[in-house]
Amino acid sequence: MTPWLYGVLLVLAGVTAVLLVVDLVRDRSAQDSHYIAFAVLEVALLVQLVVGIVALARTERDVEGAVFVSYLVTNALIPVVGAFFSLAERSRVGTTILLLAVVTVAGLEVRLWDVWGGRGA
Amino acid sequence: MVGVPEPGVTQGNALSQGWGRALVFVYGIFAVAATGRSAVQLGMEPDRAPLAYSLSLVAAVLYLVATTCLLLGGRTGWRIAGVAVSIELLGVLSVGTLSYVATDLFPDKTVWSHFGQGYGFLPLVLPFAGLAWLRHTRPPRA
Repeated sequence: MTPWLYGVLLVLAGVTAVLLVVDLVRDRSAQDSHYIAFAVLEVALLVQLVVGIVALARTERDVEGAVFVSYLVTNALIPVVGAFFSLAERSRVGTTILLLAVVTVAGLEVRLWDVWGGRGA
Repeated sequence: MVGVPEPGVTQGNALSQGWGRALVFVYGIFAVAATGRSAVQLGMEPDRAPLAYSLSLVAAVLYLVATTCLLLGGRTGWRIAGVAVSIELLGVLSVGTLSYVATDLFPDKTVWSHFGQGYGFLPLVLPFAGLAWLRHTRPPRA
């Protein structure tokens, strides 16, 4: 799958993480800016979901399809679930939950890269 | 104060509020991850590493139980969560150690191999966070 897409997502996740850490240090609850960053991240993840499935259908590679698609779908769900969880905690707990979500997204991107490359399952 | 239930909030919900909500989020992710992993491992080649794969399944069940009990709350939920998280701690410590010492036992990885290295060592941190939270939310004696 298009390598630059992983890059875009990792950069988005990284920028969002920095934003969240800064506000965590300031002991602030989740801000509008965080949710905007999450929306951008989510759009990118949905694009990746579609691009990934199309790429999987076309590829000659030996990719474990079920694993790959389940990672794509899970990854697109994480920011949504994280955002809802954080809305229920208007304190630094909510900000922490967003940070946990964004770290998970980054981790899943790395796993996606591995699965597409055929390293590990 | 973090995690102290506000007046009017029932004890039953306290487990999944405040920092408990962050814990539920992470436990939920691990429940999904471990279940997915063991489903793939057992579904594809169950005979390759029976021990590692059964442990993946055990981990999956423990994460599911812990997540559910945190969400359900109450005295019983608190107690069962305590048992699940304790077994989880034992599991990650023993499997983590064994995966370094007796490599031949684990031809394939589990969530707990090398103390959860493949998951940013979160599987090692999680039971400690869980036990600390349960200690914090200990229900008053009846």
